[in-house]
Amino acid sequence: MRSDSELSGTGELPVPKPAKKNYIRPLDIKHGRIDMSHGAGGKAAAQLIDELFLAAFDNAFLRQGDDGAVLALPGFDPAQGRIVMATDGHVVSPLFFPGGDVGCLSVHGTVNDVAMCGAKPLYLSASFIIEEGFALIDLQRIVQSMAAAAREAGVPIVTGDTKVVEQGKGDGVFISTTGVGVVAPGVHISGRNARAGDVVLLSGSIGDHGVAVLSKRESLAFGTTIESDTASLHTLVAAMLVAAPGAVRVLRDPTRGGLATTLNEVARQSGVGMLLQEAAIPVKPEVDAACELLGLDPLYVANEGKLIAVISPESAESVLAAMRSHPLGADAARIGEVTVDPHHFVQMATSFGGRRVVDWLTGEQLPRIC
Amino acid sequence: MKYIHEFRDGELARQIGARITAEADPSRNYDFMEFCGGHTHAISRYGVTELLPANVRMVHGPGCPVCVLPIGRIDLAIRLALERGAIVCTYGDTMRVPASDSLSLIKAKARGGDIRMVYSAADVLTLAREHPQSEVVFFAIGFETTTPPTALAIRDAQREGLSNFSVLCCHVLTPSAITHILESPEVRQFGTVPIDGFIGPAHVSIVIGSEPYEHFAEEYRKPVVIAGFEPLDVMQAILMLVRQVNEGRAQVENEFARAVTSEGNLKAQALVSEVFELRPSFEWRGLGEVPYSALKIRETFAPFDAERRFDLRYIPVADNKACECGAILRGVKKPTDCKIFGTVCTPENPVGSCMVSSEGACAAHYTYGRFRDIPVVAAPAEKVTP
Repeated sequence: MRSDSELSGTGELPVPKPAKKNYIRPLDIKHGRIDMSHGAGGKAAAQLIDELFLAAFDNAFLRQGDDGAVLALPGFDPAQGRIVMATDGHVVSPLFFPGGDVGCLSVHGTVNDVAMCGAKPLYLSASFIIEEGFALIDLQRIVQSMAAAAREAGVPIVTGDTKVVEQGKGDGVFISTTGVGVVAPGVHISGRNARAGDVVLLSGSIGDHGVAVLSKRESLAFGTTIESDTASLHTLVAAMLVAAPGAVRVLRDPTRGGLATTLNEVARQSGVGMLLQEAAIPVKPEVDAACELLGLDPLYVANEGKLIAVISPESAESVLAAMRSHPLGADAARIGEVTVDPHHFVQMATSFGGRRVVDWLTGEQLPRIC
Repeated sequence: MKYIHEFRDGELARQIGARITAEADPSRNYDFMEFCGGHTHAISRYGVTELLPANVRMVHGPGCPVCVLPIGRIDLAIRLALERGAIVCTYGDTMRVPASDSLSLIKAKARGGDIRMVYSAADVLTLAREHPQSEVVFFAIGFETTTPPTALAIRDAQREGLSNFSVLCCHVLTPSAITHILESPEVRQFGTVPIDGFIGPAHVSIVIGSEPYEHFAEEYRKPVVIAGFEPLDVMQAILMLVRQVNEGRAQVENEFARAVTSEGNLKAQALVSEVFELRPSFEWRGLGEVPYSALKIRETFAPFDAERRFDLRYIPVADNKACECGAILRGVKKPTDCKIFGTVCTPENPVGSCMVSSEGACAAHYTYGRFRDIPVVAAPAEKVTP
């Protein structure tokens, strides 16, 4: 039995030998096809991005590997702040679910991607791909929900596009949104910034969105009081940045692939490991029960109104306090810490008393969750 | 969550762990096989082995329904979808099991096959009713736990006169697999796989009861403790096995008394025997052809038997040469003994079936436990960034 101190980020740090690099079969471009796992936000999606999109589009901004790109604009003085741009497609099924719909989701998703770069979101664009035959009343309901979400967030939708495809070639409506925002000078947030010893904070309970959407799926349809947590997180982010300037290193919203996959992305990007405390991770009893029944692990279920933050240790408590005094962070918790680990394992001390790896999502369990 | 979290209590686990350590004779090893994938998963996910002394070791058994499916069976299902245009339905993990031609059901789906993941056999009936113009096939896998729902679906389909529903039956039987392991030369003749006792199946035993295991205890002198799938169940079962070994007993004990009776669920058994009969032989991945180890659909229900309906012929396909799933399923090798474990074969790109389901020995170890394979050495000073 190894003690936890061997994995902690401080003190005497034993470091495992660098292992042989895992052989990952490259994409089979010639014969391969897109399957549902490429859309699940797990390792297959990461491989597709690396080997196909990044390979073709390669540039310094894309290589930042974050939820949005921090840009340099000609004639724009970086000392006044930097521009952030992020984009997100929304294909959730069903379109309406407890606590939200594809409309407000498409605003929250992109506002959050901009906010996770530490930026204040300013403007949104929206692109609609609508299926022939889609009821106008439903479209109106979706658009009004988008408008309300944009108003509430204080981020106007300033441009857009509409396309229609034949019946059977779409599934109701798909919405892509793009957001632009500004990062204040001195704020540097990236998935690459986590360091051993940093503290991992989570803004609230996990799995609410995924379970709410699943509960309305035709094939599952179960009764639950759980509602999606879909929400714009930029005001929470602003409160955190004010609480401890310079202390927030990483921000991410754990959407597809859930908390587990998001933390693995950060561990890989920053070249670190993590050790989580299972008992500290908030999960609502209803979500826990639904997951138990469906054979899902809440760690892999999508969220749309939660964030994880990696904070320098000395400021962790003040940032946590700031989160808890914000309505969207009332249940915020300290869930673990960043460790030295050349294998970039996210590990978890289980409530049961053992320890295990918390791995990337594999395959596809919950298609079209956002 | 009531009735679940009580069985995952860390404090109780430590107490049982301490009792196992106190009672296990340090001068010997205790090797116990957990037959079921559900136990394998619980052991890995909750880190049960960390609470056991070094001389109490768990050997993973072949009881993961997805793992024991041979390639040829998956090929049959893929061909039904791609060549016969049938809607093929199956349980989640089956979707990713590697088949011939670098395909799997999920990849066949991307090639245009109408393949759907279902949560229950009843969902397939609903689908068949909704698509009267299509052939709807349930690719039915699993041990005795999943067999009664399949039997019920077939009987309902017959009563209802549903003419587009059939079942590709791959249901297998637990006791014959255990016998096969106990009869294998590695266990019986050479003793290269020491097995001092079994953790008996949880959900399977709810259906078949505890009686079928009496034979192993008697004939092979191996203690069996039937246990639930929660980590405390597993810990308690290990303690009970240690005690049986120490006292020289070989009995069937029931840790899972809250759900398992000695005769099992008689209603379910009657239903199963109404619809199914024994196959003279069935190929298991890893174990090869095992006599009377699987079920087929009775003549009375022939129209619902996809093998008859589509005149399917089973063609055995050899596993990848580098793959050690066979030896791992028999308990002869550990996942880490396989050369391609964690390198060529990962849960994203499984070569062998044990890497597919989280109940498979390889996937469970890769997903939850692989950090244990890495030796801990002192850190080079310059790498420490506080």
